[in-house]
Amino acid sequence: MTREARRFEDTIPQLADTPVPDDLKAWIIDRMEMYPDKKSAIIPCLMAAQKTHGWLSPEAVDQVAAVMKLTPAQLVSVASFYDMFELEPSGNRTIYMCTNISCMLRGADAVMEELERQVGVKNGGVSEDGIFLRNFECLGACDIAPMASVDGHFVGPLTVEDAKTLVEDIRAGREVLAKKQLSRRPVAATLWQNGGRAEGYDVSEGGES
Amino acid sequence: MSYSDELLFDNIDEPNLKSIEVYEQRGGYDELKRVLRELPPETVLNELQASGLRGRGGAGFAMGTKAGFLPKGDMDKYLCCNADESEPGTFKDRELMQKNPHQLIEGMIIASFAAGINKAFIYIRGEYEDQADVLEAAAKEAYDKGYLGENILGSGFGVSLVVHRGAGAYICGEETALLDSLEGKRGNPRLKPPFPANAGLFQGPTLINNVETLSNVAHITKMGGAKYAEIGTEKSTGTKLVSISGCVQKPGNYEIELGTPSRELLFDLAGGPLPGREFKAWFPGGSSSPVLTPAEFDLPYDFDSIAAAGSMLGSGAIIMIDDSVSMVDVALRTAKFYKHESCGKCTPCREGTSWTVKMLQRVEDGLATPMDLDIIESVCDQIMGNCLCVLGDAMAMPVSSMVKKFRPEFEAHIEAARLKRTPLDEATLADELNLAEMATSA
Ligand SMILES: Cc1cc2nc3c(=O)[nH]c(=O)nc-3n(C[C@H](O)[C@H](O)[C@H](O)COP(=O)(O)O)c2cc1C
Ligand code: SF4
Ligand code: FES
Repeated sequence: MTREARRFEDTIPQLADTPVPDDLKAWIIDRMEMYPDKKSAIIPCLMAAQKTHGWLSPEAVDQVAAVMKLTPAQLVSVASFYDMFELEPSGNRTIYMCTNISCMLRGADAVMEELERQVGVKNGGVSEDGIFLRNFECLGACDIAPMASVDGHFVGPLTVEDAKTLVEDIRAGREVLAKKQLSRRPVAATLWQNGGRAEGYDVSEGGES
Repeated sequence: MSYSDELLFDNIDEPNLKSIEVYEQRGGYDELKRVLRELPPETVLNELQASGLRGRGGAGFAMGTKAGFLPKGDMDKYLCCNADESEPGTFKDRELMQKNPHQLIEGMIIASFAAGINKAFIYIRGEYEDQADVLEAAAKEAYDKGYLGENILGSGFGVSLVVHRGAGAYICGEETALLDSLEGKRGNPRLKPPFPANAGLFQGPTLINNVETLSNVAHITKMGGAKYAEIGTEKSTGTKLVSISGCVQKPGNYEIELGTPSRELLFDLAGGPLPGREFKAWFPGGSSSPVLTPAEFDLPYDFDSIAAAGSMLGSGAIIMIDDSVSMVDVALRTAKFYKHESCGKCTPCREGTSWTVKMLQRVEDGLATPMDLDIIESVCDQIMGNCLCVLGDAMAMPVSSMVKKFRPEFEAHIEAARLKRTPLDEATLADELNLAEMATSA
């Protein structure tokens, strides 16, 4: 992979020369006040900027730096530690496919391959219509293994066929795999008493997904 | 333990339990009111100590004792709820936060009262976006009702609460890395001592506890510490949420009484192996726990029994592996995770995890000899106990347990994979490996 070297300034950008969207600016100022030391707000503020800009572009970093009165170099040194910060251009829809142990045991690798085919990119790539696909470590939802997080919402258990539906749902702007959204799954004891079915959630065999 | 005896999961799926209305209808925050009205902080602390509650985040340290380590005095003191939940196989805190956030918040307020804490944080992993939204909404409701903030319910006691989202790094679950991350830094673990009780967040006295630990607090003060201690075994008191996943029929979180025979969890609750398969191995406490075999299915599921069998209960995450799965794949997948998550500060962890992955890859590809298995074990031995935090051990322990307990399978795999190779293949792969090694050592 060729990656252009990016230099981040170690001086604080001036607010006067750095236009910042109003909501982002207000959000950052509020956040800083929640902590005894404003630096605690770095990670949440970078995340807010990433949401606004789609990725941590140099402009995004400069905007946070200008409002927080910190250097871009400091912000990027923090950001580069964390998996969820995108220091390269990213998409506007995100699929994190879990490929850690419990998901691997239930067939995650095959689902990931199918997702790659459906999205049309390899792991870490962004499709032309803006879908970012990458594999991820355990997302804390091994009860629905193999699973994925689509824009922060967890879905599973995924079959290889689900991978196709998942991508179609994203492209059609629909709720993704409506019957497999974790948010509607009851606690295990209840779910399995009812054979894997619940209102709005269905993982029973032959159940629609 | 029967379903009706649940504490943390009691009515967990009641519609909208996450709202303060429903939570209060079910008696929520009554205990906070009673505590603030009737009990001095020392009594609450005594109840927590009498309960024997051990930390649910992995290390199993007595919660009341840890809360008692915080110095007296009116400096700022901090409570950090560890909601990083990133140990592979663990997903219990997610369900607690998503479905019953006020149970956690009420527990945090009472714990803060007991330890004289005035600033509380929930550090939640960034990937839990829905759950963080739920917590933020719940915290706002609790503020609006006067359960958070200054002078709570006219008691003179006050505590603030901020929900803080991380951004994806397993190591931030380690308590001192969590503190650095919460201070806006890279999440590198700190050297201990000083311990967080003395110099933690912003160098102030800090109590760090897991979501499940803190969710127990209101139940303990309500029923009394001694009564709580009657649940479970003598040294592992209470109920435990067990996350069961992998090759089972009914994966999910189950609330059990500590000391329940493991077999009951695996077969009665989780429904046993998938059709036509048999269990071969299991992680009893997350992917960093040494694996056990079916010979150990009758172990009581509690901290000491699992430790006596050479493993650990950890976060209470059971991952089942069946006979269709290659242990080489399991070892490689596990090692890769810890290699990826090593913060890189200590040489044995950084280099050891990386070399273990390379060697296991060689095993996988049939380029290894049985001697490589000895080297893997010796690398693991040299990681253990030689690092700043236990992330290195977290890879070394399970990997070496797999190589030790399933050595014939590893050897058979090496031989089978070697025979599958054509000589040309071998030359190309050996070349690639050499190049990769040269690149990393350069
Ligand atoms: C590498 C590593 C990762 C950890 N991850 C978590 C975690 O995600 N959640 C958690 O509660 N504890 C985690 N711990 C344990 C914490 O360091 C700490 O012991 C725990 O939060 C204390 O809370 P407890 O006493 O209530 O268990 C981790 C420890 C290590 C070494
Ligand atoms: S053991 Fe590993 S993760 Fe822990 S501090 Fe050392 S290098 Fe970092
Ligand atoms: S291993 Fe995939 S969610 Fe845990």
